[in-house]
Amino acid sequence: MNSDIVRLEQVNISFSGKKVVQNVSFNLHSDCITTLIGPNGAGKTTLVKTVLGLIKADSGTVWRKPDLVIGYVPQKLHIDSTFPLTVKRFLQISRNISAQAIQQAVTSVDIAGLLESSIHGLSGGEMQRVLLARALLKNPQLLVLDEPVQGVDINGQIELYQLISDIRKARGCSVLMISHDLHLVMSATDHVICMNQHICCSGHPEKITNDPSYIEMFGAASAKTMALYAHHHNHNHDLHGDVLPANGEQQPLECNH
Amino acid sequence: MFYDFLLYALVGGIGVAIVSGPLGAFVVWRRMSYFGDSLAHSALLGVAIGIFLEINLNIAIIICALLLAVVLVAMQKQHFIATDTLLGIMAHSSLSLGLVTISFIEDARVDLMAFLFGDLLAILPEDLIWIGVGGAFVLLLLYYFWPQMISMTINEELAQVEGVNVAKMRLLLMLMIALVIAVAMKIVGVLLITSLLIIPAASARPLSHSPEKMALLAAVLGSTAVVLGLLGSYQFDTPAGPSVVVAAMLIFVAIYLGPTKKSQA
Repeated sequence: MNSDIVRLEQVNISFSGKKVVQNVSFNLHSDCITTLIGPNGAGKTTLVKTVLGLIKADSGTVWRKPDLVIGYVPQKLHIDSTFPLTVKRFLQISRNISAQAIQQAVTSVDIAGLLESSIHGLSGGEMQRVLLARALLKNPQLLVLDEPVQGVDINGQIELYQLISDIRKARGCSVLMISHDLHLVMSATDHVICMNQHICCSGHPEKITNDPSYIEMFGAASAKTMALYAHHHNHNHDLHGDVLPANGEQQPLECNH
Repeated sequence: MFYDFLLYALVGGIGVAIVSGPLGAFVVWRRMSYFGDSLAHSALLGVAIGIFLEINLNIAIIICALLLAVVLVAMQKQHFIATDTLLGIMAHSSLSLGLVTISFIEDARVDLMAFLFGDLLAILPEDLIWIGVGGAFVLLLLYYFWPQMISMTINEELAQVEGVNVAKMRLLLMLMIALVIAVAMKIVGVLLITSLLIIPAASARPLSHSPEKMALLAAVLGSTAVVLGLLGSYQFDTPAGPSVVVAAMLIFVAIYLGPTKKSQA
C-alpha cells in the first residue's frame, strides 16, 4: 500500500521577478522512484530544494510527512581544499552515527576501499558513491538525488542508476531524482515528471515498465538498461520557455504517450 | 616579582593561542580572514566608546565586536554589494570612526600603539581572567557544536537537510570569532590579530588529515609561536606582539619548505 510522503500543491517560486516554478503540483509516494526531467533552467533543482525545505515557495503548499527522514545528494559538492577530510571522516556526520550504520552504508555503495582516501582526490563516480553513502546513513525514507550521474562516464552512469535502483529495492525507500538524460534513467524509474517551469507531463515511463519483472529484466542486463521514454509533447516552448501550442492546437493539457 | 610580567604574557598568550587555533581553522576553511580583520578594526571603535562612556574597555570591545558581527550577518542578506566590499567598508569606517572619536576625547592619554600592535607585556592578572573565562566559554561552545559546525563547513545545504540549523551556527561562529578577537586584542593588537587566527591554522593544514587534527595542531603551533615570540622579544628587546607574529610566520615557512611528510588528505 503506497502512501504519500510529500505533497506539493500549486507551488510557485520566482527569483527576482523571474518565475522559476509555476503551479506545480505532485505527490511523492513511498517506495517509488520519481524522476524529474527537463532542460537546463527548467527549475528542477529549485523544485527539489523546495521539497527538501531549503527554499520556501512563494505560494502554494508543501507538505512533508511528519518526521520524514530525507537523504540528499546535492548536484555539486565543492569542499575547500584547505579542509583536510578523508572519506571515513566525511561519513562520521554526527556523534550518534554508529560504526555499524557507516559500515552498512559503505557496503551498500561498495566504497570500502576508499575510506582512508582524501575526499579531494576522488573521481566523479567515486564522489557520487560517497555522497550516496552519506545520504543513506540516517536510513532515509526519501532519497533526493540532484543529477546523481553528473561527471560520470557512460558505464559509470549505468552502474550508478543500477545502484540507486538496488538501494531502493533493498531499503524500500522512495527516490526523487533529477536527470536531464532521458535515455539512461528510464528503466530505473517508476514515475517521470517532465518540467519546464511548469509540469509539461508526467506518468509511467512506458506502459510495459508497469510490470516490475520487466524492470528486473532490464536491470539484470545492464547493456540493455537503455529504455526510451517514448513520448512527444502537444506543445512547444519558445526561447523564453513560455508555452506555445503545437501546430495550431489549443492550450495543452497533457502529453500524448 | 620582576618576571611576573613575562609569566602573565606567556599564560595570556598561550591562552589566546589555544582558542584561536580551532577558531582560526574555521576562518581558513570558510575564507573568513577578511571578516576577522573587519571585526578587529572595529575593536578600536569599542575602545573609543569605552573611554568615552567610561566603562570597562574589555566589555566595550566585546559588545562592539558582537554588534558588528550581527550587523554583518544581517547585511549579507542583501545582494547589492558583495560581502568583501561590505567588509572593507565596515573595517575601515569603524577603524577611522574609532580614531576620530579618540581624538575628540579631551584628556585622553590613549596609547594608540598599544591598541594597534598590542602590548603583551602589559597584561595584568585581570586580563588573564578575561582570557580564561572567555576562552573556556568559546572552547566549550566549540566542543558542543563541533559536529554541526564541521557539517556546515563541508556543505551548508547538506547540513541543513541533515537537521543542522545553519543560520544559527553561522551566527554562533561569527560571535565566537568576535569574542576571541575582543579578548585577544590586548595580545597582538588590532592590526595583527587575524594573523594569530590564520597563520597557525594554515601551518597546521599540510600536516593534518582530519579537521580535528588541524584544529588541535593549530592550537599547539600558535602556543609555540607565542612562547618563541616572547622569548625572542625578551632576548632581543623587540616589540612583543609583532615578535609573536614573526615567530608564527617562521613556523609557517618552516613547515611549507621543510622536509616533513605532507598529509595527502
